[in-house]
Amino acid sequence: MDIVELTAIEMKENLEKKRISARDIVEAHIDRIEKVEEELNAFITISKEEALKSADRIDQKVRNGEKLGPLAGIPIGIKDNIVTKDIRTTCGSKMLENFVPPYESTVVEKIRKGDGIILGKTNMDEFAMGSSTETSYFGPTKNPIDSQRVPGGSSGGSAAAVKAREVAIALGSDTGGSIRQPASFCGVVGIKPTYGLVSRYGLVSLANTLDQIGVLGRNVIDAALMLKAIVGYDEKDSTSIDMELIDYIEVLSENIKGIKIGVPKEYMDLEMDKRVKEQVFKAIKTFEDIGAIVEDISLPQMEYGLATYYIVSTAEISSNMARFDGIRYGYRAENYETLDELYMNTRSEAFGEEVKRRIMVGTYSLSRDYSEQYYKKAVKVRTLIKEDFDKAFEKYDVILSPTSPNLPFKLGEKLDDPLAMYKTDLFTVPVNLAGICSISVPCGYVEGLPVGLQIIGNRFEESKILKVARAFEKHVSLGGENIGL
Amino acid sequence: MVSIDYIRYISEICKIKFTDDELEDFIQQFTGIIEYVDKLKEVNTEGVVPTYFVNSNTQPLREDVIRDGLSKEDVIRNAPEEEYGYFKLLNVMD
Repeated sequence: MDIVELTAIEMKENLEKKRISARDIVEAHIDRIEKVEEELNAFITISKEEALKSADRIDQKVRNGEKLGPLAGIPIGIKDNIVTKDIRTTCGSKMLENFVPPYESTVVEKIRKGDGIILGKTNMDEFAMGSSTETSYFGPTKNPIDSQRVPGGSSGGSAAAVKAREVAIALGSDTGGSIRQPASFCGVVGIKPTYGLVSRYGLVSLANTLDQIGVLGRNVIDAALMLKAIVGYDEKDSTSIDMELIDYIEVLSENIKGIKIGVPKEYMDLEMDKRVKEQVFKAIKTFEDIGAIVEDISLPQMEYGLATYYIVSTAEISSNMARFDGIRYGYRAENYETLDELYMNTRSEAFGEEVKRRIMVGTYSLSRDYSEQYYKKAVKVRTLIKEDFDKAFEKYDVILSPTSPNLPFKLGEKLDDPLAMYKTDLFTVPVNLAGICSISVPCGYVEGLPVGLQIIGNRFEESKILKVARAFEKHVSLGGENIGL
Repeated sequence: MVSIDYIRYISEICKIKFTDDELEDFIQQFTGIIEYVDKLKEVNTEGVVPTYFVNSNTQPLREDVIRDGLSKEDVIRNAPEEEYGYFKLLNVMD
């Protein structure tokens, strides 16, 4: 049995049936990491010793006949902006190069309690600002499908590690598409849950009214398993919602015949790669074949999504990034004579170009002279975007669109053109503005490069997008890659 | 076009320095981005209520019970400079 080829569920089942041990699983993945990591650079920190210790603890539980947790023995990657107690957490930045958190994020606590095994911290764009993982202080991650190309971002390390079988599942964070776009580029499944479903305690804030922790897996079932393990109200995150928990695995087998799917014409009219569009139309046809009712809908404000997102997110970024002052933790400049110089030199030396750019734009759009024109305007357009979705979900169960308008692009191709980079998130940002949920599933390949289909659902209707995604995955079964069977 | 003086003023507020060369590159990209977001001017937002936050939950209160927080050692562990268990900074008084 080649352990790394198994799905997460299969790893767990084989462990429960004592066909393999947790140590076998971890060692197989460490071997795999040693083989591919030098080329791929999906990880910033690999926690090998810790992982082996966890594996031995789980194997002891198996021997004692104790009940195992829902993630038992599954090797997991954690995006490096989610704090892990005693494991370095850098956010892909020089600023936090040596930061070792003294506390645990809620999601990682849940993973540990669920007997999941953390293999390491995955690479990302610096402070999650980017769409290609190229702005990482620790160098770019390569796309496992084509090493000349980017894995997407900002959770590019998580997506690449899952695709390359370095881990079975991974956590990412999604502020404007940072889980779904890399999932699309690496041909894996990525879920951005509803705002408030998963606790953000321990997630280093980028734009806190848009950020949400979510999951990446090689198939819908694995992703649903992980989602189920991390959701729930947390008193440490006052924006998390107290609600009844749903068994996301159970809903996957439900029939989707008669389900109502909307395809927003404004989305399909936006500028995109024709080949991506073709694949998405093929996917839409597939849904008709399996009995869904597909209709064109209108979301008139969508063309303003990216501009609104950019203003709202940078405004929040500029205030969230103020905490990095070189005093309590993180980098401190060597040379300074005044306190002001300490701040200035520290921040100028330790932040990368994209981070500086966004702090500047955010400060600008909040500044006295311009806030009326930019920030205050954008939060009103945000209302209109949200209302568009509210109206659509009165009639439709889910909404379909491409995940990204492009195929994975070459390393360096968009690095000097920030606007072109931002536009790769055209279809994903409105979802964060409205605080709803969405999943990206692979829907086809163009010249060997994957295309992602985005399935959007209303607030807390994860079960709908998951069962629709599962029905699709089961039907198309892309060459055995994402069957999840 | 955004004026270079205003950019300098913004950089002062957010405590980030730029060299003159960096500023020149920056102002190009910055202007491009601002022109793009100016698109929002097309939208009629008269009478629209702003959305600062999507969830409707209110900030909950809890009983004021003493709980263990981080220890002093844990808090200070990541400090770039510390002395006598405090964050070390410049002298503010002689």
